Amino acid sequence: MVIVGEKINSSNKLVASALEKRDGKYIQTLAKEQAEAGADYIDVNAGIFGDQEAEILTWLVKTVQAQVQKPCCIDSPNPDAIEKALEVHQGRAMINSITGEKERQQKLIPLVKYHQAKVIALCLGEKGIPETADERVQIASSIIDLLVQEGISLHDIYIDPLVQPIATNPSSARIALEVIEKIMSRYHGIHTICGISNISYGLPSRKAINAAFLTMALAKGLDTAILDPCDPLMLSSLLASEGLIGRDSYGLKYIAAFRKGKIK
Amino acid sequence: MEIIKRIFEELSEGEADKTELLTQEALRQGVSPEIILKEGLIAGMNMIGERFKKGELFVPEVLLAARAMQAGMNILKLRLIQTGVKPAGRIIIGTVKGDLHDIGKNLVAMMLEGAGFEIIDLGIDTAPERFIQEVKDKKPQIVALSALLTTTLPMMKNTMELLRSEGLRGTVKVMVGGAPLTQKYADEIGADGYAPDAVSAVAKARELISLMKIA
Repeated sequence: MVIVGEKINSSNKLVASALEKRDGKYIQTLAKEQAEAGADYIDVNAGIFGDQEAEILTWLVKTVQAQVQKPCCIDSPNPDAIEKALEVHQGRAMINSITGEKERQQKLIPLVKYHQAKVIALCLGEKGIPETADERVQIASSIIDLLVQEGISLHDIYIDPLVQPIATNPSSARIALEVIEKIMSRYHGIHTICGISNISYGLPSRKAINAAFLTMALAKGLDTAILDPCDPLMLSSLLASEGLIGRDSYGLKYIAAFRKGKIK
Repeated sequence: MEIIKRIFEELSEGEADKTELLTQEALRQGVSPEIILKEGLIAGMNMIGERFKKGELFVPEVLLAARAMQAGMNILKLRLIQTGVKPAGRIIIGTVKGDLHDIGKNLVAMMLEGAGFEIIDLGIDTAPERFIQEVKDKKPQIVALSALLTTTLPMMKNTMELLRSEGLRGTVKVMVGGAPLTQKYADEIGADGYAPDAVSAVAKARELISLMKIA
């Protein structure tokens, strides 16, 4: 399982105020604790800063990578900000994200190629998020075809089914799970990714729902997730599930995590 | 009144069918539509809103209660118009252009409707031009703009600017809301009000309307 640590996001008020003050220490603490908990990528987002987004995103990449030797997941719908951030990034970044929207594709594909970045593709078209799983798979397929035509490897593509809250749409989890299953069985070597915590918006004790959803998504083949690796229940569910679906032979990773006191 | 109490209770439980039936029953018993609205439906939604704010209720429960309220409203609407009961005010609401999120916007719209406002919901991805056209056509007291994405916040500013350049700022108040918003941002773009949640949005709308009456 590849983990993208979600904590450095400007929609969090504490992070936003740290970014405003360019509080590198605070950001580096978040980066370090996520890396230590098992994050493979550190997500960086400066979306609330409008005109200053590119500048702050670039600062974030530099600040994070000065602390941890991990690639970043550069989280912005703005291709210009992504470009600036990629210029200072060490190693192969993950771009979050491309969509079915033509304009965004035209700007991002050259960047993906030039920087040999990995790329997250959202199942989102010109007309927004489709209701059904089949329509989402269709959008994903057209993005995949385009990226592959451009010479980007399936191994570098991460399909995000888009997870919406079950609080407002009772079938949203089922739709996301179906997309994951279909994509993983149709394209060998591709990845699927999703932000886990959106599923539980508006409900109490969100962590239990997040953990249950992660477990189900893993069973459908999800191999990358955007989550908080410092959440003990999430990490425990993840490690336990990996053993159950045959990704952790003899439970050795589980045992190692237990010895470190990470299993709750 | 027993029947009003039952409407209040069924609405609180999110029972749309029962709320609808009881609303019909109350009208048959000769209860005035205004009383049913204020002491049954609006009082019920007020209580739901307060309990939601305190963390006792959760989003799905509020949505179901709001559906029950709408079921009751559909029965009352025609009678209210006939008896000349005026809504608390007319509000146009929508998520700004480029933003496809509607959960928060819908919650706010439902709470406002539950508080007796007439709501014109323009949906998601609403262009500034559309807001302007609707303001001209429908003449609301308030326009409510929603954005969830940090990247669509500037679209709120654009919408504000177009309202201003079209000379409509004197006739309509603007309130804004959405996860990334702050009072500071609302002030920067010159909005009249900001609310951090759906319950506060109702209070803010009432405040803006009462200010307009004074002016």
